[in-house]
Amino acid sequence: MKNSQRLALFFLLPSFFFVALFSIFPIVESFRLSFYRMILTLPWLGQRMVGWENYRDLLTDPVALASIRTTVIFIAVTIPLELLFGLGIALVLNEMFRGRGLLRAVVLIPWAIPTVVASQMWRFIFNDRYGLVNFALFGADTSSYLAPLAHPYFALAAIIIAEIWKTTPFAALIILAGLQSIPDDLYEAASVDGATPWQKFRHVTLPLLTPALLLALLFRTIDALRVFDLVFVMTQGGPADATNVLQFYGYKKTFAEGMIGYGSAIAVTVFFMSLVLALAYLRAFKTTRLQGQTP
Amino acid sequence: MKRSVALSFYSIGIALYCLVPFLWFVLTSLKSSAELTAIPPELIPSFHWGFYQSALQNYGLLHYVVNSAIVAGATALITVAIGSLAAYAIARFQLTWTNFYLLLLLVVSMFPQIAIAGPVWTILDRLQWLNTYQGLVAAYIALSLPLAIWILATFFAEVPREIEEAALIDGCSRLQALYKVVLPLAAPGILTAGLLVFIHAWNEFFFALIIMTDPTVQTLPVGIALFPGEYTMPWGEIAAASTIATIPLVVLTLIFQRGIVRGLSAGAVKG
Repeated sequence: MKNSQRLALFFLLPSFFFVALFSIFPIVESFRLSFYRMILTLPWLGQRMVGWENYRDLLTDPVALASIRTTVIFIAVTIPLELLFGLGIALVLNEMFRGRGLLRAVVLIPWAIPTVVASQMWRFIFNDRYGLVNFALFGADTSSYLAPLAHPYFALAAIIIAEIWKTTPFAALIILAGLQSIPDDLYEAASVDGATPWQKFRHVTLPLLTPALLLALLFRTIDALRVFDLVFVMTQGGPADATNVLQFYGYKKTFAEGMIGYGSAIAVTVFFMSLVLALAYLRAFKTTRLQGQTP
Repeated sequence: MKRSVALSFYSIGIALYCLVPFLWFVLTSLKSSAELTAIPPELIPSFHWGFYQSALQNYGLLHYVVNSAIVAGATALITVAIGSLAAYAIARFQLTWTNFYLLLLLVVSMFPQIAIAGPVWTILDRLQWLNTYQGLVAAYIALSLPLAIWILATFFAEVPREIEEAALIDGCSRLQALYKVVLPLAAPGILTAGLLVFIHAWNEFFFALIIMTDPTVQTLPVGIALFPGEYTMPWGEIAAASTIATIPLVVLTLIFQRGIVRGLSAGAVKG
């Protein structure tokens, strides 16, 4: 018994070393630094403890507040649409038909494409001179072509479209795994009772799918909170901070402006947002399980 | 009959949704400069390889490919080796604290990158590992381990205990039993985990951007994101580089799709 404890510890240690050094220590350090004033471009200021000042600044910084709002809008629009499209794709993939394997492989393609590549691709599609979107809207009339990525609302919409395109397959796969875990005899029983397809979906599929949907919701939300690549490539947070999501703002403050303390306060804020969301979903997840909805 | 018509209709819609935007970019990479700027757009390119040539010669594309291959390859190999040890202990011993460790890994995997980026940069700076392969690989190993361990633990748990116990009775040590008996039996799982880690490392941008500021060591995503061009973007070259960066992943995904789907749902559904 003692022996297996020691052995387990010995086997876990190498992985723990990396995770501790490059994830756990950094998060603790970010917390600590968020209470300091430290600016890399002004090294003579040194590292000064300032208590909650960085957080107070955050609450009065209009760019930071707008950034929080943009991030929330981004999540609130992308996630429901991703889950809806994901559910649609999963329902099709769950049917038996010729070419199903091929379609499942095709669905994986947006997922496999590097996000930076997807970002450049959508940037080109929304391009103000040769973009497909402009051609679709205005045909050959180049004088009325728009620059969507230079427009505050359209730029955010473009990033949202690119995000939905790229990540819907992942949501579809999780939902598909949930669909496949629903036993066939439940549908057969419903058929015997004379249920219509819609009734089957509403009273068999949907309740049993809730855990998978919640899981997709959890993973996708936490991931959407970290959106960065699309913003960096497509708009650099612009125009006029209209697409400046939190992770990009934190990056700019920390790495472009060297404001280590303030950047850490942003980082900690993002961390707490994902923590709260994760806990809320995990709670919901547990409740649905407790209600005995999983067979 | 009606059902099959509806299904083919939906299937075609889904396939178009997934393929058309990227195919457009691939076609763009095969155009000539005149075709690229043509309005109305040329649908069928003349299969001109000029943009590929230019991306290779003027933008050092090959260099980025090599950097990405080194970083993603090393990350996948080391992560799977270290992750296998941990996953084996978790799957076999099932102690309270090994299960707690699994939960800790889940929490760690949800950290937003920005929440750890500054200190990770500082650590690598102290080690003088900024702009080195080992610096980026070390960070990637830490970031990939949670997913790898979750997937591997699922697969290891499926290897029957009896086979391994027989090996132990025959005089194998635990480590020997792991390498000679369990690993070969869990090979599909290891391949899946390695592949997913490779894909993540090949695609990762945020840490590559902050750790690799020197163009000679930058990976493909950084190269593609920072493509030089102020007023006129070299779209043809960007499309060519993007195609080169994506083709290996699409091929791997199509070959191993079953394993990938299983791995992704194992990593997700077990939560």
